[in-house]
Amino acid sequence: MATTHSKAAARLMIAPSVVLLLLWMIVPLGLTIYFSFLKYNLLKPGTEWFGFKNYYYFLTDPSFVEALANTFYLVGGVIFITIVGGVLFGLLLNKDFWGRGIVRLMVIAPFFIMPTVSALVWKNMFMNPVNGLFAYAANLIGAEPIDFLAHFPLASITGIVAWQWLPFATLILLTALQSLDQEQMEAAEMDGASPWSRFWYITLPHLARPITVVILIETIFLLGVFAEILVTTNGGPGAASTTLTYIIYRVARLGFDAGGGAAGGVVAVILANIVAIFLMRMIGKNLDK
Amino acid sequence: MGQITLKDITKSFDDTQVIPPLNLDIKDGEFVVFVGPSGCGKSTLLRLIAGLEDVSSGDIVIDGNDATHAAPSERGLAMVFQSYALYPHMSVRKNIAFPLKMAGLDKDKIDEKVSGAAEVLNLTDYLERRPGQLSGGQRQRVAIGRAIVREPAAFLFDEPLSNLDAALRVNMRSEIIDLHHQLKTTMVYVTHDQVEAMTMADKIVVLNAGVIEQVGSPLELYHSPKSRFVAGFIGSPKMNFIPGTANNDAAFEIGVRPEHLLVVTEGGEFRGKVASAEHLGSDTFVRVDVPGVGEVNARVNGDIDVNYGDEVGLQINGPVYRFDEDGLAI
Amino acid sequence: MARQQTISNKLVWTVLAWILGATIFFPILWTVLTSFKTEAQAISIPPVMFDFDWTFENYETVQERSNYSRHFWNSVVISVGSTLLGLLIAVPAAWAMAFVPGKRTKDVLMWMLSTKMMPAVGVMIPIYLMVQSAGLLDSKTALVIIMMLVNLPIIIWMLYTYFKEIPGDILEAARMDGASLKNEIIYVLTPMAVPGIASTMLLNVILAWNEAFWTLNLTAAKAAPLTAFIASYSSPEGLFYAKLSAASTMAIAPILIMGWFSQKQLVRGLTFGAVK
Repeated sequence: MATTHSKAAARLMIAPSVVLLLLWMIVPLGLTIYFSFLKYNLLKPGTEWFGFKNYYYFLTDPSFVEALANTFYLVGGVIFITIVGGVLFGLLLNKDFWGRGIVRLMVIAPFFIMPTVSALVWKNMFMNPVNGLFAYAANLIGAEPIDFLAHFPLASITGIVAWQWLPFATLILLTALQSLDQEQMEAAEMDGASPWSRFWYITLPHLARPITVVILIETIFLLGVFAEILVTTNGGPGAASTTLTYIIYRVARLGFDAGGGAAGGVVAVILANIVAIFLMRMIGKNLDK
Repeated sequence: MGQITLKDITKSFDDTQVIPPLNLDIKDGEFVVFVGPSGCGKSTLLRLIAGLEDVSSGDIVIDGNDATHAAPSERGLAMVFQSYALYPHMSVRKNIAFPLKMAGLDKDKIDEKVSGAAEVLNLTDYLERRPGQLSGGQRQRVAIGRAIVREPAAFLFDEPLSNLDAALRVNMRSEIIDLHHQLKTTMVYVTHDQVEAMTMADKIVVLNAGVIEQVGSPLELYHSPKSRFVAGFIGSPKMNFIPGTANNDAAFEIGVRPEHLLVVTEGGEFRGKVASAEHLGSDTFVRVDVPGVGEVNARVNGDIDVNYGDEVGLQINGPVYRFDEDGLAI
Repeated sequence: MARQQTISNKLVWTVLAWILGATIFFPILWTVLTSFKTEAQAISIPPVMFDFDWTFENYETVQERSNYSRHFWNSVVISVGSTLLGLLIAVPAAWAMAFVPGKRTKDVLMWMLSTKMMPAVGVMIPIYLMVQSAGLLDSKTALVIIMMLVNLPIIIWMLYTYFKEIPGDILEAARMDGASLKNEIIYVLTPMAVPGIASTMLLNVILAWNEAFWTLNLTAAKAAPLTAFIASYSSPEGLFYAKLSAASTMAIAPILIMGWFSQKQLVRGLTFGAVK
């Protein structure tokens, strides 16, 4: 099928995508690296060479360490909740019950909700200490209502984001469960394996791959969580819910420090690349099959 | 008409030559089977004839016209694919009509031909279904239907029966043979199954590593194989190969077909213990472990009384094929 | 499964599954219901579930006060526009890589995907400055282009995995059947590729519709899509629950419906074919 002629045509068809993505990746990234070595304030004209000072200030800023830890807790927390929940819910939804289609639609729904909407709905209608449903529930059992976003800002945001991503994990793990060979399960049953050991020795190993995929893809998206923080806590109180993405936004857009923001951006790119390498390996292996 | 001549054709993928210079003549109306183990180049050869691959050098002549660089559709050939390659989004009727539509026939003519083909292939009741709703055998018939409506100069079959179960395969085999008798069109058929080759072909082309080992009628190949490869490939169960020295023969290796051996209690050229005896009723397949030679298979009459562990002799009762170090027949 | 599940077992699973589904879906349901309440009913104690006077006044107020339909239109233009533009560029590329694979096709694909891994904040400043200097801040044009670039790798990948599944045999069969390249494309390729292109489009419209980094950073009043518009409710309008709910419901309804239609394709699309 592949003749010389068709190969030339193929290159021509691929070229626009390659060129666009190359520009999209190299030009801004190159500029970011360049800016990260400049003293560059967006409000003041002119720039000057700044060496590694931007990196020094960014990395030694106490809120950087806090932001790094917050990012870790947010990403780790959401992944933990969605994987454990996703496996349990996937197993449940894989059972035979009435109304599968409708339940499936209900479970997947949060994934399609735009981040600003879900953040505001949770913030105001559920977590608000006066009028929120949680406050009402607390009053009902005679407890003191909790101001979630003031006292547990990071945990609250983790909860909101986990609600958005739980459907994703559930759907993927459910899809994987449906491809589990039933005869294999029956063979294990004949071999005298209890339901628990069937889950542990057959189901869970079968889910190892999809779980890895979920972890890696969620990591990529969760490192960029932004809108949820912006509309709920603005990163506060203090820097209690500031993540890496958010601190860079704060430095660059609210502090007008393009150089410092760029240095942060380079740090973020490096961290994301470490994650990306693992993800690419996974998907690359899949391509070979 | 459906005469195909291949002159010195070669095919290379990148730097690997899969088909060294090869010559072959296919006469009009002949049923030719390309047979060989997987990777021997038989499918590539068929695709070269079809025009789905470009030859690296050499000429392909179809009915006297040079077709070496002609597009597949210009060669007047029809092909039945291993996967059937039916168009999943079209009904059976539209699948069969597709080549006619491409040829620009008018609607009445198309309908007439499609109904004709459907009748021949017992597909009349299924014309409005999609391929996804058909069984394997029915899909196969649709693929054949799509080929015959074009009234091609020759049919090309690429392992068409390998996705069917055993019983259906035997049925479809006879249907294709009947079709050939009916249409009298040239058919080129690729298979790795020597039984299919023996039962269907007028002429068998045995391929090994891109090279034609031998061309001949089924019985020619059976009776006078030119090489150890052909001898081993044609015939079932497989020919026994025994070092020449074991039979006081000057040849490097000798070959004896299982049906040309007798199992005897006394004497015989080789003696050993019965490793297994399969009683099929019509025949008995006896596997004998001969010291210094290895396992030797014999196919003997159905009522013989031999069992596992018996000490028996094997007596040659037919032709002995002799081969040299290069595997060529002497 | 050969085994018959007992009715009581099925009943237990049904109850559990519905409880789970209802719990997860509740915030959405609550938002939709609240959008039809008056502000007083929205914060009444005890809360009312269904037993209230249904009203559309919130929807009217939202539209009157904030020109809601303009933001809605911005969202449509940005998400659909960027997706169509992306498809225009991606279809030929995915096509070529699926049907005329070369030695480096796999590397090119992986590299394209790697551009998706670049965190947005890493390039925020230069992009912001470039958009600013081009005079395109707060314009739909800039967002259409950026959203197209952000999603281009996903579009190419999804299309590639779909095209890859079209068996090459069928294209060869069409050629044997005498189809010219044009007819091959019209009668065989297109009908087989359209479902894949359609679900790619659907998923990318959803992703672009909900994208909330670039839209929040590059728009102000004029070109703001719904993500940015809703963000403006963070204070103090957010305390008007009924209006917040009405605005939210309008923002999520179309995409939720599209999402429900695309859910079967969602898994393979978002995992780049790694899970099917």
